[in-house]
Amino acid sequence: MSSPAKARDKIVPVLTITAIIIVAWYVAAILMNAPFQRDQDKRDGVTSTMSELVGKTLSQPKPTMPAPHQVVENLYKNIFTVKPWSARSLVYHAWVTLSSTLLGFAMGTILGVVIAVGIVHVPALDKSFLPWIIASQTIPILAVAPMIVVVLSAVNITGILPKALISTYLSFFPVAVGMVKGLRSPEVMHLDLVHTYNATKWQTFWKLRVPASIPFFFTSIKVAVAASLVGAIVGELPTGAVAGIGSKLLAGSYYSQTIDVWAALIAGSIVAVLLVTIVDIAAKLVGMSMGARPE
Amino acid sequence: MTRFKLNWQSTLAAIAVIVSLVFLPLTTMASTLVTVLVLLLIAASVALASSDANRNTTAIGLGVMVHLAVLLLIGTVAGAEGTAGWSFFAALAACWLLAWRLITILSGDGRRNAGGAIVGRVIVPAIFGVWILILWEAITRGAGVPFVLLPPPSSIGVRIVSSIPILAADFRQTVLKAVLFGFFVGSGAGFLVAVLADRFRFLSNGLLPIGNLVSALPIIGVAPIMVIWFGFDWQSKAAVVIVMTFFPMLVNTIEGLKTAGRMERDLMQTYNAGHWQTLVKLRLPAAMPFIFNALKINSTLALIGALVSEFFGTPVVGMGFRISTEVGRMNLDMVWAEIALAALVGSLFYGAIALLERATTFWHPSYRS
Repeated sequence: MSSPAKARDKIVPVLTITAIIIVAWYVAAILMNAPFQRDQDKRDGVTSTMSELVGKTLSQPKPTMPAPHQVVENLYKNIFTVKPWSARSLVYHAWVTLSSTLLGFAMGTILGVVIAVGIVHVPALDKSFLPWIIASQTIPILAVAPMIVVVLSAVNITGILPKALISTYLSFFPVAVGMVKGLRSPEVMHLDLVHTYNATKWQTFWKLRVPASIPFFFTSIKVAVAASLVGAIVGELPTGAVAGIGSKLLAGSYYSQTIDVWAALIAGSIVAVLLVTIVDIAAKLVGMSMGARPE
Repeated sequence: MTRFKLNWQSTLAAIAVIVSLVFLPLTTMASTLVTVLVLLLIAASVALASSDANRNTTAIGLGVMVHLAVLLLIGTVAGAEGTAGWSFFAALAACWLLAWRLITILSGDGRRNAGGAIVGRVIVPAIFGVWILILWEAITRGAGVPFVLLPPPSSIGVRIVSSIPILAADFRQTVLKAVLFGFFVGSGAGFLVAVLADRFRFLSNGLLPIGNLVSALPIIGVAPIMVIWFGFDWQSKAAVVIVMTFFPMLVNTIEGLKTAGRMERDLMQTYNAGHWQTLVKLRLPAAMPFIFNALKINSTLALIGALVSEFFGTPVVGMGFRISTEVGRMNLDMVWAEIALAALVGSLFYGAIALLERATTFWHPSYRS
């Protein structure tokens, strides 16, 4: 796609929609904060003009809906003006969440791949285990989260591992299902071909099935890494954890520090975007090294 | 004639029975009669599992004997939790290996004849599921795992039966109010916006990348915000569900509307069909598989969203509320009862959508084969 066409079809629409969202956000902030501000003014015995009222709604300390610039200000204050390792820093909290996300993601990916390899090679597992893996995802696994955390702390396992286990629980499924599909994606004709070459099961696996599954693998881990982050955040809720994005959300909601809640949410989103981008880049690099042409 | 052919499961099971004999008794409570009966049943199953007799006879005989043996085996630990010795676990291992043998026989069956399809699709997974419960029950009772760590399934079952009114109230609060309302409004809104975005190309070009981005974000984090906005009751949970279900439906429907083939569209044009006619008669039916995919994703997301938002504050009812408070009071059987309820609801919800999909998209290639 040539670059002017790309600008017309992709960049301009996205920028326009983003601008509309920001404007709508400001309007919503003014409308949602106005009732409280009017009450406040009445109590203080002041009458504000329309523009004064608008100004005040956008600068409340505990607004119903914080304005974008308040959130940005809070993010700036908690990222750049404090030391990254202090408990006030969002970088620190993001790192706490990120570390358990990554550990859980790694364990989930390995588990998912192992399960997939087992399912593809053992018919009994395919018939008996696969339906239950799928069923396990129709139950809200996050409901188990508080229990895992409490039970593990009762046997003196605390810290990063319980949260990582919840991430594992959430991330193994997309990997397992995607890899089963990927490992089965070689066509019958190709399987027959390596069979005529007298290839062993092991050779067929490494030279045919694994390369065929790579695109499925990256699609799966893109979903899995996002799920891992959700698992890590939710894992921080029931522990009364003192650090992490989840604990910031919980603390902010207890004390109605709405701006803090929004800042934590955006910090979590930035982490998510970074993780997905890294997976994307890795997928492109691996794809190119395997001979795929760049789009 | 019965010919014996060794396979690894029955060989290992035979070894396990011998180990079990060496370390007798099973538990302090087991009477000699029960012990003898259990071991006899297992031994008979080993013999049956190694024989090459008619597959159906083998499978039925093996199934009956193994499950009878394991039932008696679990009976020996009732009232004597934590006293089980090596003998007990060796016998359990033997039973488990033989059940594996049974599954292997049955899944070999499924490929051979058409009647095996139901065996493969229903009975084999059912045996697997039952064995998770059996092992859970036998190990927690046999090894005397503390109740606060992992209650055995039987006590969870007792708890479910004894607290049906509480479970019903939680179900009403969380599922009937928050989940269903949020699911329909969120999916409906996502669908409508997607149809609009499809009409105006600019909108879909702008929305699709943003929709894809939002799908990867931890949207569940909006729960505290929604609780601040809409209060503690079910409305805030429904709002979280709406936000969570909106984007998957939006992204999937936009993608799905693009799938109708070039040739069919040209055909519609030669018929002089307008945009809406083409949409209703050609492109929406073609998008159905994508829409149902979104509905399936949303059915689990909706339940998760509602449960997790209840961790941020609720009135004193609701499945998420019950889970978080009962965990704090170490009433783990109640927590498991709620989880079982959630699992049941989630599976039924998903199953209902899958059935609806089958009824509406029976023409799709994935169902025709």
